Amino acid sequence: MGRIELEVNGTRHELEGVEPRLLLVHFLRERLALTGTHIGCDTSSCGACTVLLDGKAVKSCTMFALQADGRAVTTIEGIGSSAELHPMQEAFWAQHGLQCGYCTTGMILSAIDLLRRNPDPDEVEIRTGLEGNLCRCTGYENIVKAVRAAAAAMAAAQPVREAGEPPKSPGELLEVGGSR
Amino acid sequence: MAAVRLVGTPVRRREDPRLITGRATYVDDVKLVGMVHAAFIRSPYAHAKIVRVDLAKAKAHAGVLAAFSGADLHAAGMTASLPVAHKMPDLKTPPHYPLAVDEVRFVGEAVAVLIANDPYIARDAAELVEVEYDELPIVVEVEKAMAPGAPLVHASLGTNVAYAMPLRAGDPDGAFASADVVVKQRLVNQRLAPVPIETRGVVAQWDAGAGRVTLYSSTQIPHLLRTQLSLILGLPETNVRAIAPEVGGGFGSKLNVYAEEAVAAWLAMRLGRPVKWSETRSECFQAMIHGRDQIADCEIAAKRDGTIVGLRARILANLGAYHQLLTPVIPTLTVLMAPGPYRIANVDLEVTGVFTNTMSTDAYRGAGRPEATYLIERLMDLVARKLGADPADVRRRNFIEPSAFPFTTATGLTYDSGDYAKTMEKALQLADYPGVRARQAALRAEGRYLGIGLSTYVEVCGMGPSAAMPAAGWDSATIRVEPTGSVTVLTGISPHGQGEETTFAQLVADELGVAIDDIAVVHGDTDRVQYGVGTFGSRGTAVGGAALKLAIETIQAKAIKIAAHRWGADPADLEYRDGKIGLRGDPSKAMTTAEAGFLAFMGDQLPPGLEPGLDATRRFEPPNFVYPFGTHVCVVEVDAETGKVSVERYVAVDDCGNVLNPMIVEGQVHGGIAQGMAQALYEEVVYDEYGQLLTGSLMDYAVPRAEQLPHFDLDRTVTPTSVNPLGVKGVGEAGTIGATPAVVNAVLDALAPFGVEHIDMPLRPEKLWKAMGTRSNGKVSV
Ligand code: FES
Ligand code: FES
Repeated sequence: MGRIELEVNGTRHELEGVEPRLLLVHFLRERLALTGTHIGCDTSSCGACTVLLDGKAVKSCTMFALQADGRAVTTIEGIGSSAELHPMQEAFWAQHGLQCGYCTTGMILSAIDLLRRNPDPDEVEIRTGLEGNLCRCTGYENIVKAVRAAAAAMAAAQPVREAGEPPKSPGELLEVGGSR
Repeated sequence: MAAVRLVGTPVRRREDPRLITGRATYVDDVKLVGMVHAAFIRSPYAHAKIVRVDLAKAKAHAGVLAAFSGADLHAAGMTASLPVAHKMPDLKTPPHYPLAVDEVRFVGEAVAVLIANDPYIARDAAELVEVEYDELPIVVEVEKAMAPGAPLVHASLGTNVAYAMPLRAGDPDGAFASADVVVKQRLVNQRLAPVPIETRGVVAQWDAGAGRVTLYSSTQIPHLLRTQLSLILGLPETNVRAIAPEVGGGFGSKLNVYAEEAVAAWLAMRLGRPVKWSETRSECFQAMIHGRDQIADCEIAAKRDGTIVGLRARILANLGAYHQLLTPVIPTLTVLMAPGPYRIANVDLEVTGVFTNTMSTDAYRGAGRPEATYLIERLMDLVARKLGADPADVRRRNFIEPSAFPFTTATGLTYDSGDYAKTMEKALQLADYPGVRARQAALRAEGRYLGIGLSTYVEVCGMGPSAAMPAAGWDSATIRVEPTGSVTVLTGISPHGQGEETTFAQLVADELGVAIDDIAVVHGDTDRVQYGVGTFGSRGTAVGGAALKLAIETIQAKAIKIAAHRWGADPADLEYRDGKIGLRGDPSKAMTTAEAGFLAFMGDQLPPGLEPGLDATRRFEPPNFVYPFGTHVCVVEVDAETGKVSVERYVAVDDCGNVLNPMIVEGQVHGGIAQGMAQALYEEVVYDEYGQLLTGSLMDYAVPRAEQLPHFDLDRTVTPTSVNPLGVKGVGEAGTIGATPAVVNAVLDALAPFGVEHIDMPLRPEKLWKAMGTRSNGKVSV
């Protein structure tokens, strides 16, 4: 049995008795009750379990909890709440980027990581950038739209804007619900 | 001032805040004190006698509480079969025990279960269970299963044929004899796996004090599940509670009563501890129902001008090893819908349901109608090709015209309303059909292969009139106006992504004049909600929403009586205007539903004889099915060097009648198209000749990723129906039904210069490449 020290959603945890084979996803869900991280497969194929490890998206079913020792983990519960949504959450809501919601938490974290690497992706870059996450409900159409909307909103929220580019209000970009 | 109407607008979903923040509760998130974990031991053989199940080592493993074989369950009195709903007089229904007792009939069939303190220990211990099998002969394919002397899946039946349903109308023989052209084609509609991203899961809890069992299950049908569990467990129905918590996708796969649900409930009762089972994805591929899997030998007869005069089809449906809830019924829908949106007076159809040593097939998005649409839409294209006609023209010539509705088909269905040509013309225009045809011709000259595929579909949904359903087809709604004026809606449907917490609240907000935030839509708990039938068959709004509309009318009628008494007016002079009660001819008089509700609660100012309280429960029994329709156009390019298909454009014009929330309707169509396209291009469940599942994980079964799907262009026409008071038709399955033939027709259109008439799905590059290569007339360089 191992000992683990890590930060999860900004809170430090020190835990004893962690079984070496315990997967990070089970650790988060069972030991820390962070059940927003989902499990959709047993072959590292679906991305439902995606979390951020030191800011980068990882599949938490693909690593042991002990491998997160000394690292910082962010789960969906750590990026926003209903009262204060992350722009990516806001965009998924506004663009109807989810139906059953099961893939959504992992999808949102992957999308956040995608924008960290590429703040202004086009449709093809979004589609390839999310290749590790499966959604069975949406056909990805509105997920792509949500990621573009979030990219625009996050760029607009940056203090420094590219010369000549008009300011955009996140509301203006996100309030549109339909897609006609 | 008139209130802003919410119906018809893209109101953001009220479900979403909990979902996007990870605060929703799916079944795997349910944790109860003292909860223990089940693991199932499954057969590695497709057909074998169970000689011996030795649980001793597993039981001795630290942390294991108990283990049971199928024989143990039988000895303990768990001898009921899992249910199948049908009204077929001659259907063969072999026993289907939750755990196999003496014989296994497909790979993945559960033979034993064990319970441990921890899920990791449960899986370790499952490895210690020793089962000795005696292998029996195996049959996997329907045609082999029909052959004389074939191995029998159920020896006691003496046949693998579960049923045959012939359907003849008109004079098919005469029509074929006098036709100018006859096209024959064998069409394989491959087996698919539904793959909701949330697998199945159950938490069962026994309350020994009350003698009640509660089952949290990832299900589409909590009430039907409760009824069936009470029968299986031998408990009064009132002592069973089923809860569908947040459900992570269903697509028909969770419209069932599964072995694991029954066993988990039994274990909770037996052990007195809450029992959880979370299905692994590997188990899900083996033991969750599959869809499709039909082989159709078809013939279509036409006149030279393209008029279709007759249709013949012999369809073999692979049922798998056992009946699940709707296994035998699904393929019968294929026969009923085979004529599609066309006038075809002479039909000679037959479907035969056949047992094989595979997992059961059952309802998967579209459920029998995608197969019908694929059949007729492929044949329409083949007729066009044979006549050298434009596929759009052949369709135009045969559509049932708008003035003909209600239209009774040769197969005995009565289509409610439709304007099939309208969606087609609109879709062709959006896709710039003449332009694409011109580009196709130009590109062909350069050795590039563009294809344009059309699919004009009609589907049967809003399931359905009880007389035409295997079980109850109605649904229910309750509205309660609470003393403070907030409104509780209890709906009998069980949404799992379809968004009725939003659309139903939109409807109530408009009609009763209540702020949407003051409306709670409750579903999925048999202790809280009156009996309802559930969410499937594109029925949520068409049946459940219709029941809600009736309940609104009852509430309005009572509120009007209350207001009339208060005003000393005749109720006949009162009406609802913009969500408020008003007096005709006197704009100064107005009462809100909340005010009427408060008076109904206080009870001291009510007209004599009127009961206090303002609530209503209504049920809607559909007088008919509803028949949404549409046209999908797909443009592809097939790379002659590699056989790879690129979808260049996808246009869908659907007509689902009136729309409560266009954003949600479009989302349903997007997801539907994705699944239909996936069947055309990527997905296939494959069993080898030994009945081993070769596509048992997401590494092998090709659920499409974002980069494998295109952008979808959507539009709509609106042809309401009079079947229900909302004029809605249902949209959950339309995309899937429309998409598959559109994509396949496009690819085969691209391959026309190679003389390729048909290739069975999925249209993977190697198949296309081979087909082009072998018939290339030297056009393709390899
Ligand atoms: S659970 Fe599927 S990738 Fe982790
Ligand atoms: S929203 Fe259901 S799987 Fe993506």
